[in-house]
Amino acid sequence: MTDTAAREMPLEPENELQDDVAVVDDHGSDIAGHDDHEGHHSSLGLSNMKLAMWLFLGSECLLFGALISTYLLSKARFLTELVALNPRVLDGLRDGGMPEELIQEFIAEGSVEPIFDIPFTSGSSFILLMSSLTMVFAHKAVSEGNYRNSRVWLAATALLGSTFMAGQVYEFTIFFREGLTYGGSLFGSGFFTLTGFHGAHVTGGIIMLLSLLVLSFRGKLQSNRAETVELVGLYWHFVDIVWVLIFTIVYLIP
Amino acid sequence: MTTYDDQLALPSGLSDGPRQPLGIFARPRNANGFVDWLTTVDHKKIGIMYGAASLFFLIIGGVAALLIRIQLATPNNTFLSGDAYNRIFTMHGTVMVFLVVMPMGAAFANFLMPLQVGARDVAFPRINAFSFWVFFAGGLMLNTSWFIGGGAPNGGWFNYAPNNGVAFSPAAGIDFWNIGLLITGIGSLTGSINLITTVLNMRAPGMTLMKMPIFVWMTLVTQFLLLFAIPVLTVAQVLLAADRLFGANFFNVELGADPLLWQHLFWIFGHPEVYLMILPAFGIVSEVIPTFARKPIFGYPFMVFSGVAIGFMGWGVWAHHMFVSGIGPLSVTAFSVATMFIAVPTGVKILNWLATMWGGKLILNTAMLFSIGLVTQFTIGGLSGVSHAIAPSDTQQTDTYYIVAHFHYVLFGGALFGFVAGFYFWWPKAFGYRLGERLGKWNFWTMVLGFNLTFGPMHILGLQGMPRRMQTYDPAMGFGLWNMVASWGSFILALGILMLLVNVVQSHLAWRRAGRPNVGADPWDGRTIEWSIQSPAPSHNFDVDPAVTSLDDFWHRKYQPDETGKLRRIHTGDEIAQPGDPTGVHLPAPSYWPIVLAMSMPIVGYALIFNLWLMIPGVLLMTLSLWGWALEPADDLDPHDDDGAGQGDSASPDGGDGATAEPELETVS
Repeated sequence: MTDTAAREMPLEPENELQDDVAVVDDHGSDIAGHDDHEGHHSSLGLSNMKLAMWLFLGSECLLFGALISTYLLSKARFLTELVALNPRVLDGLRDGGMPEELIQEFIAEGSVEPIFDIPFTSGSSFILLMSSLTMVFAHKAVSEGNYRNSRVWLAATALLGSTFMAGQVYEFTIFFREGLTYGGSLFGSGFFTLTGFHGAHVTGGIIMLLSLLVLSFRGKLQSNRAETVELVGLYWHFVDIVWVLIFTIVYLIP
Repeated sequence: MTTYDDQLALPSGLSDGPRQPLGIFARPRNANGFVDWLTTVDHKKIGIMYGAASLFFLIIGGVAALLIRIQLATPNNTFLSGDAYNRIFTMHGTVMVFLVVMPMGAAFANFLMPLQVGARDVAFPRINAFSFWVFFAGGLMLNTSWFIGGGAPNGGWFNYAPNNGVAFSPAAGIDFWNIGLLITGIGSLTGSINLITTVLNMRAPGMTLMKMPIFVWMTLVTQFLLLFAIPVLTVAQVLLAADRLFGANFFNVELGADPLLWQHLFWIFGHPEVYLMILPAFGIVSEVIPTFARKPIFGYPFMVFSGVAIGFMGWGVWAHHMFVSGIGPLSVTAFSVATMFIAVPTGVKILNWLATMWGGKLILNTAMLFSIGLVTQFTIGGLSGVSHAIAPSDTQQTDTYYIVAHFHYVLFGGALFGFVAGFYFWWPKAFGYRLGERLGKWNFWTMVLGFNLTFGPMHILGLQGMPRRMQTYDPAMGFGLWNMVASWGSFILALGILMLLVNVVQSHLAWRRAGRPNVGADPWDGRTIEWSIQSPAPSHNFDVDPAVTSLDDFWHRKYQPDETGKLRRIHTGDEIAQPGDPTGVHLPAPSYWPIVLAMSMPIVGYALIFNLWLMIPGVLLMTLSLWGWALEPADDLDPHDDDGAGQGDSASPDGGDGATAEPELETVS
């Protein structure tokens, strides 16, 4: 039993197979057993890494779906109890140091909107969305082999992402000073967990972008690795899209 | 730092000395013995480790089960205190679900699926090793709660809120449950991404989706279920951790929280979970039954699409676990109807297995017997399941032993019997010898007897009204007789499991005494391409890519119709099997980083539970291993190296297509 015998199995390969067989024959015996365990032929015509990234993002949808549901439930229950003047809920807010006027505003409007600064958050949302644009430019520059531009755009994307994060840190600080603490109310727990999870994802993305930048400066991010940039881009766009949802659901819808 | 050559170890000894990412660990080369197992990235060894770990945890879960049965054997028994009883039934359920049945499915998926699709390994070999080690680390961490932190968890495997809150469960046991399973969940998630990518992207040339073996299909569905179910459990666990450790209020009823949120999140995970436990076993018997009925599987497309349908519908039935929680008549009706519907694709499968056996020349060896055991016992469990779908009936049965009987019939009589069938069937492929048939049949009949004696009477006890999770009962309730029968049955069942382990040892010793005879590539006259390579499977799997032209490809290479249209054997399996010649094959090098990264996770877990200062070593180790991993190229691209021979995978002619296993940034996500 030899290799040849194994290949002479009684079968008629389909058209697409004949190509493969021909390639193997061309290269002679030294490459016939060449290792192709990792996607030499990829059945879907999509690289393993990209497929894996899409699957990961699919999984992330469920993660954020569950977190958003939790937030909506927490907010609704919080407001119901607050409007009903549940003393424990009121005490929770007061213990966090929330001023009485703000609490009364919450109750009067039956909404948590008074604590939000929508123009500010709109601004930081805009910055995050623009970073998706620079991400696209970065990928384009890498695939075209324009390394100087790719570094500019990667840095710009990381910078815009960091600006968004700075905005979130600032916003969290303001909210905390206004008495919205993590443990003081159901709304606080829900809000900080949801937006915090998103912030952690953005931070992870920034680390990836900075790593790409380092690779680029070391000359290891050439056009044949454009897909690595594309993968980070997929993740980055996903995080942006999730923010569009979170911004709409948390801030805009009363 | 990184260089571009020598991405992969060369078993032929062509490698050029060790590289040291971060200057700490050289990539282990030619490792043997213990180190080889700790650092391997070979999917077959990882599969075997999953199997061994699940058997190890099976012993823990099994001992817990026997303790429960001793306690319940007689009325007013004082063998276990109420507190110990709570901990033991909680750990029994948790260990059996998360650390036995799930990893046993993963064992088969890891070992078998790449062989069945004709791949050299999974898509991401190091992530595969990481998935196993992180599962094992999480499982060990959970089990350390027997000894430290104030005792094992006691909130049930479902761990309902608000009972799981600090107010009602101040001891750290719940945290062990929570963090331990959070960690195993990471392994499940990375594993699912890895295995789905492998199935979808690494099939042998010619193997279209509808030519994949059923087991591969069931693996695909299972891993998709994991992919989408695990994050929901993760969120529930993160919320619980936030509540317990950082003072959040998600389940704090005082501040208006709705603890039903836990039930919803848990069962949105939990119901797909039950399907992802049973579907691998369905896949296994769908391979075993055609082989030993000497017929192709009846209605292959129906088998495939019923599996897919179960996968989809599994997402729409979670609230049938919550019929008595007050979710309202409309929800109850909708989930009740959906639950009845999901019995249809399951019934299709049962019918197809029966039709496959119908008129076949049945070979009733141990693997086949266990498969028939699954079909029979799962049908009983399925029927009691339909009776739960009827909400008024379920209202009577909820939290009684009738439920316990039901899910043991599907999970033990179904899933575990299927896995044991798989052990007997693929043992020669994994280890090169068969398990003994004589002891195997004893094993089967003892298990069938013990199983039905244990769980059959629970139907009656449940309908008599015996509640679950009660430490004891009054003699006047009349539960004594059947409980005594069940307890005897459980020891017979344990004896059956013991026979499996004895059979492994005995068969191995007999094989060694006989001078390790070669069992042959194809000991069962198999149908799928994993039988076309030597036994035990060589580390490179296939010498050349198998070209696949039909379903049951290997069978059709052995059997061809003659002029009269009658199938005749033209080759034996051993004649056309690949000789197992590794010449020119490069395999991914083993790596220390998966196990190091995995072991950093429980440190972070203990830090969360005991002392946040432990975070420093934990996170440090994690960061280090992530960087070490990233700097250790698995299969980097190199445009300057394209001459082909002897340079590892970087030399692939189509290296520029980006089909790399792990670009450096992969670990960041």
